[in-house]
Amino acid sequence: MSPLLEVKGLTKRYGGLTANADVAFDVKKGEIVGIIGPNGAGKSTLFDLITGFQPPDAGRILLDGHDITGLRPDRISRRGVARTFQKLKPFPDLTVTENVIVGALARTSDMKTARERALESLAFVDLLEKRNHFARELSTGQRKRLELARALATSPRLVLMDEVTGGVDQRSIAGLIALVVELKQRGLTMVMIEHNMQVIMGLADRIVALHRGRPIVFGTPEDVRSDSAVVDAYLGSIDVAA
Amino acid sequence: MPDSRADMLKTALAERLWPRPPLWMSALGAATIALLVIYPFVFTTSFSHHLMILILLYALMAQSWNVVAGLSGQISLGQAIFFGIGAYSSTVLFAKYGITPWAGLLVGMLLSALAAIAIGVPTLRLRGHYFAIATLLIGSSVQIVFQRWDWVGAASGLYVPIMRTAPFFYLQFHTSKVPYYYLALGAAAAGYLAVWKLRRSRLGFRLQALRDDPDAAASLGIAIARHKVLAFMISAAMMSVAGTFYAQYVLVLDPERLFSTEISIIVLLMSVLGGSGTLWGPAVGAAILVPLSEYSRIWFGGTGRTIDLIIYGILILLVCMWRPSGILSLLEERVRRRATTP
Amino acid sequence: MSAELILQAVISGLLMGLIYALVAVGLTLIFGLMEIVNFAHGEFLMLAMFTAFWFWALGGLDPMLSLPFVVILLALAGILTQLGIIRRLLKAPMLAQICGTFGLGVALRALAQFLWTPDFRTITNPLIAGRVQIGPIFIGEPQLITGGICLLSFAALWWFVTRTETGLGLQATAQDRQAAAVMGIATERMFALGWAIGIGCVGIAGTMLSTFYYIFPEVGTNFALLAYVAVALGGFGNILGSLFAGALIGVVESLGGLLLDPSYKTLIVFALYLAVVIFRPYGLFGRF
Repeated sequence: MSPLLEVKGLTKRYGGLTANADVAFDVKKGEIVGIIGPNGAGKSTLFDLITGFQPPDAGRILLDGHDITGLRPDRISRRGVARTFQKLKPFPDLTVTENVIVGALARTSDMKTARERALESLAFVDLLEKRNHFARELSTGQRKRLELARALATSPRLVLMDEVTGGVDQRSIAGLIALVVELKQRGLTMVMIEHNMQVIMGLADRIVALHRGRPIVFGTPEDVRSDSAVVDAYLGSIDVAA
Repeated sequence: MPDSRADMLKTALAERLWPRPPLWMSALGAATIALLVIYPFVFTTSFSHHLMILILLYALMAQSWNVVAGLSGQISLGQAIFFGIGAYSSTVLFAKYGITPWAGLLVGMLLSALAAIAIGVPTLRLRGHYFAIATLLIGSSVQIVFQRWDWVGAASGLYVPIMRTAPFFYLQFHTSKVPYYYLALGAAAAGYLAVWKLRRSRLGFRLQALRDDPDAAASLGIAIARHKVLAFMISAAMMSVAGTFYAQYVLVLDPERLFSTEISIIVLLMSVLGGSGTLWGPAVGAAILVPLSEYSRIWFGGTGRTIDLIIYGILILLVCMWRPSGILSLLEERVRRRATTP
Repeated sequence: MSAELILQAVISGLLMGLIYALVAVGLTLIFGLMEIVNFAHGEFLMLAMFTAFWFWALGGLDPMLSLPFVVILLALAGILTQLGIIRRLLKAPMLAQICGTFGLGVALRALAQFLWTPDFRTITNPLIAGRVQIGPIFIGEPQLITGGICLLSFAALWWFVTRTETGLGLQATAQDRQAAAVMGIATERMFALGWAIGIGCVGIAGTMLSTFYYIFPEVGTNFALLAYVAVALGGFGNILGSLFAGALIGVVESLGGLLLDPSYKTLIVFALYLAVVIFRPYGLFGRF
């Protein structure tokens, strides 16, 4: 069965700086692929390339066999790709419900249906009690969940999550992990950029490790954990209690 | 899903999407509408009619700016362009070809929408400040062009030929301002109704998303450029309607006045003062600033024209410094937070 | 269309362009520091011109002599504006920032009209007057001296920003406010300084303009529009960029007036703005 997402030879340069060099991996349907790497390794740039926010200098991106390289972000979104942003982007002057409705409106033009889907999405991330608050009033953890709810409301086939656990307290992380597990059980395909090694090692089926824009390993968590290049890159900081 | 969450979901689904405003607000709204309907018969002087006609007209124009800027986040400083196009379209068609201003109204709207596309497509991709400056420059350029274009009267402008028969066909009333009043009321009502529906529609939501965060909006399937231009077109059409009406009201077209930055500025000031992004903000802004302008002209004579601008400028400055979201924003927020059982 | 005529147009356009550049550099400095476009900039120019005028009309002081006073007064006005108004606007959304400075401009313009009527004023018998002839070209003395002073001002500004510690502090604040603050550079002070210099430059330009240009409440509007174009062309925040862009605009405007209809010369400049800004969003020379 062909993979849902295929990335081949993806390269992006900014002037003299190479953000991504020859990045290649694939994501099978229903899989969770993790993207790890030290700061500046080019992880968020990779997401920008895949979702059309930046055009790559070289390489191809295939969604379910179709070439989506260089397409506009809204076009890619309409093909079923959703993403969250590392630097959170709620719609501050809309309420929480309205925020998620915007997501639901990607799939339907009926306001009533959109609202129902939005509320279901909010129930899923456990944000219902804040549904009439304005998005700017939420805490970081709540904003992360809002961002996820909004992305999920677009009924995507593939979700790209950028640092979902970043800046979130320990207790909430467990909640987020449960959400991701539930999403996987529902058959959603996910790519997750993660800094938290414990989280990603436990969740991901396969992991891409980036270093200075280059992929240094692509394999199962065990492959990655034991790879010497990865250990070098992280200076031995992958110390995960199994 | 745990029980409490399922219960909460059930409650939430049963709620109204659009919160009902508090009773006092609805009552106030109904009273205002009633007053507006009978206004010309309560206040019978020609001046009071004139005042209200201007308020209604500016309320419509301010709402037009609100659509492109308050709702969609594109700060246009050139709305006068479409005002002028509306005024000139209907007048040229009537003065040169005898076509009724009603048709001229529609032609004006079409031409303004096309102008919005022509201007918007190259400029709406620019960042906020660049776009604002571009609209300023284009507005100034359009003014210069119309002041030199002989076919439309160049700097001397145009006169709408006076017709003393068939007032409704020619859209001119010479014995009383009351018909103008109800036409203005109708136009403003139509405009506000349209915007009210827009805000509750899929397009309205997407425009607000575009305003609040274009990147996030794009990631949710919203075609940014297309929506920006669409908002611009809608606001241009509204402005054009006001322009046609204004031409039929004053019966004289002066390109210096019609395309002036002053008009572009004033509709912006009114919307910001009342609350940009709210539904009634532009109306409130117009209701405050138009009487201010008219009365200062009466009290201070010739210099009144400048005194109202001084006050406008200072008012806007103060609003932007202390309450940038405008007068009504607080109120509207409180209403939107409410969730009532059906 | 003789070569002399064209050369004449280029030279006089260049000299005018230097004034546009000096007005623009204040705008670009302020934007570089705090990302605010001062939509009241033209009105400050108008105030500078009127200040020079009243020094002459009431105090008998020629603009060349009142120049330092006008500059100081305008610099003070800049500081007061920053402290009283802009500081608050910084926390507001972009719409409020644009509308705020816009409102200030509107108020100042109307105030000038109220106080001094819309009449056009001129300074008769200024110290510098007459024309000089360089080869086949005639240049007004005021314009020539103004051009020189503009260049001198740019040189002084450039020296200040690149060679003095305070000037480098300005650059640092413009590039990364937080990093500069961490290094002990007082952001508030830099902002006030930026406004002082920016409006001070406008003071120089206004005083020099008053020696040969009409003075009236609306005079700032057109200069402001051309200044916005210069800032956009030169790159928001780019000091040298605004010098070259201003000069370019002056020449284009002058040549456009000569080769096409004089009344369309502003249109040509605007068309230039649109062309540049659409194809090179960061201006001809990029950001500071």
